Amino acid sequence: MSIQAAEAARDDASYAAQEEAHGIDPRRIGDVVMEMKNITLRFGGVTAIKDISFDIREHEIRAIIGPNGAGKSSMLNVINGFYHPQEGEIWFRGEKRGPMRPHEIAHQGIARTFQNIALFKGMSTLDNIMTGRMTLMKTNFWQHTLWKGGAEREEVEHRRRVEEIIDFLEIQAIRKTPVGRLPYGLQKRVELGRALAAEPKLLLLDEPMAGMNVEEKEDMCRFILDVNDEFGTTIALIEHDMGVVMDIADRVVVLDYGRKIGDGTPDEVRSNQDVIDAYLGVSHD
Amino acid sequence: MGVGLLNTIEVILNGLMTGVLYSLVALGFVLIFKASGIFNYAQGVMSLFAALTLVGFQNGQIPFAELINAVFGTDLHTFGFTMPAILATIFALGVMVLFAIIVERLILKHLVNQEPIILFMATIGLAYFLEGFGDMMWGSDIKTMDLGLPQGGSFWFEEVTQGWAAEGADYWGMYIDVLDVIAAGVAVLLVIALTVFSQYTKTGRALRAVADDHQAALSVGISLRYIWVVTWAIAGFVALVAGSMWGAKSGVQFSLSLIALKALPVLMLGGFTSIPGAIVGGLLIGVGEKLFEFYVGPMVGGATENWFAYVLALIFLVFRPQGLFGDKIIERV
Repeated sequence: MSIQAAEAARDDASYAAQEEAHGIDPRRIGDVVMEMKNITLRFGGVTAIKDISFDIREHEIRAIIGPNGAGKSSMLNVINGFYHPQEGEIWFRGEKRGPMRPHEIAHQGIARTFQNIALFKGMSTLDNIMTGRMTLMKTNFWQHTLWKGGAEREEVEHRRRVEEIIDFLEIQAIRKTPVGRLPYGLQKRVELGRALAAEPKLLLLDEPMAGMNVEEKEDMCRFILDVNDEFGTTIALIEHDMGVVMDIADRVVVLDYGRKIGDGTPDEVRSNQDVIDAYLGVSHD
Repeated sequence: MGVGLLNTIEVILNGLMTGVLYSLVALGFVLIFKASGIFNYAQGVMSLFAALTLVGFQNGQIPFAELINAVFGTDLHTFGFTMPAILATIFALGVMVLFAIIVERLILKHLVNQEPIILFMATIGLAYFLEGFGDMMWGSDIKTMDLGLPQGGSFWFEEVTQGWAAEGADYWGMYIDVLDVIAAGVAVLLVIALTVFSQYTKTGRALRAVADDHQAALSVGISLRYIWVVTWAIAGFVALVAGSMWGAKSGVQFSLSLIALKALPVLMLGGFTSIPGAIVGGLLIGVGEKLFEFYVGPMVGGATENWFAYVLALIFLVFRPQGLFGDKIIERV
């Protein structure tokens, strides 16, 4: 047995115990899909992330929380490949990940949304979500330029899947609308749709509910839970709203000043003294 | 119809035909500007280079013949055979694709995330390099391009229009160059093809995505470098079409690269980010300068075609800097 396999087996055993202890339904949540080991990320002299390790397990909703500037978004950008950490290892689906470009990581099955919505504003909702299927399309340049070699069949097939996603997210009415004209909440939903269209093995959501009103937040929560339930998608999300996080997350990582200060189920995290200090502030004397 | 009116119609028609050629060059600029935010100063020289390559292949010229002769003391000029126009076009297209790949590898790749002005400077360098390279590769003499297209005025059109004038009037019909009409047809086909490509294919969708948001495009798995190669290859294709139309009309010569300068006022009129804008802008400039020359030219001593487009562009810069159709990002240039 290789060292990696042994490690994985040990981790599995300890997690089974942990799950039992914390009452997570072990049937739903599977093996570790992504593991971050001792990640350190610096920008010049500033250390954004310092020696952080955590993992994400299959089918779970993993939240990353923390005050402003804690390194949450940086962490997501590391997972997604926009930033390359100076130290540490990233393991995805049992393999150590080498230095990869973001679009290669997308091809590995990691999709994401952005804090400040990054949609293709001039394109329709339908086209935006179709771009999400880019990684799943197999025909080459000449085949789809000449509309030969199954290009039409492929387009139809992907279009059908996209329509299903549109139905799922209840955005049929805006299918043909250029997304730049949509209200904020709907744009966020389209962006979720685009990420879902890739049928990701890991879905990263960067503050999916930021700037939304209560109603929109409730809708978004429902969609996230449904995605997780129906498609079994593994989700890692960053969120400011503590109430929301505690409701939907299976496990939570808490960051503060680039360090990890807590990791566990919502209940555990809530009662963690370091976390309480970080959020409520404490005098350092 | 009066002769005066008929003359005006003739001037407008010829203006439209010239305008189509301006539009073709401007189209190449817009494609690259949309996809990568680069104002590609080398677009005009790319047209020249593409036309030189096309003629060179057609005449069976040996590339770098002068250089080889100078170094090895040989006396090589041609391979001794000519190539059919269609085959030469395909080879020239291949060279333009290769050029796109090399530009991406040697220039764009190293300048990712730089200021637009730096990329602009890089394309100025590229323009001068390509001009010299074209000279070295194919020689600097003026070449006639014969693509087998009909040329000269249309007698049929002259006869038809002669009948429009009043009986006994001193009018001998309108002159219209058949080649210009063909060029206009080619331009229309090109625009339709580009539109269909960008709307209905996977790569087209990726092109539009990259034009909209680089970061988001990366996150859905689009390789920016691949898209840049595709964009530059398409711009090279447009340059080839524009270059061969200009070349067939007035011979392949190095002053061809100066058409690029005419494309500038076209873009200021139409907007840097709009394909319809490039077309309408080209037509407006073409018609505008011909009409101006026809009516105002004689009063000011003629040769207004040299400056009319720039003055029009200046007026647009004052009153509508984003152009007729453009987004408000002209300040990036």
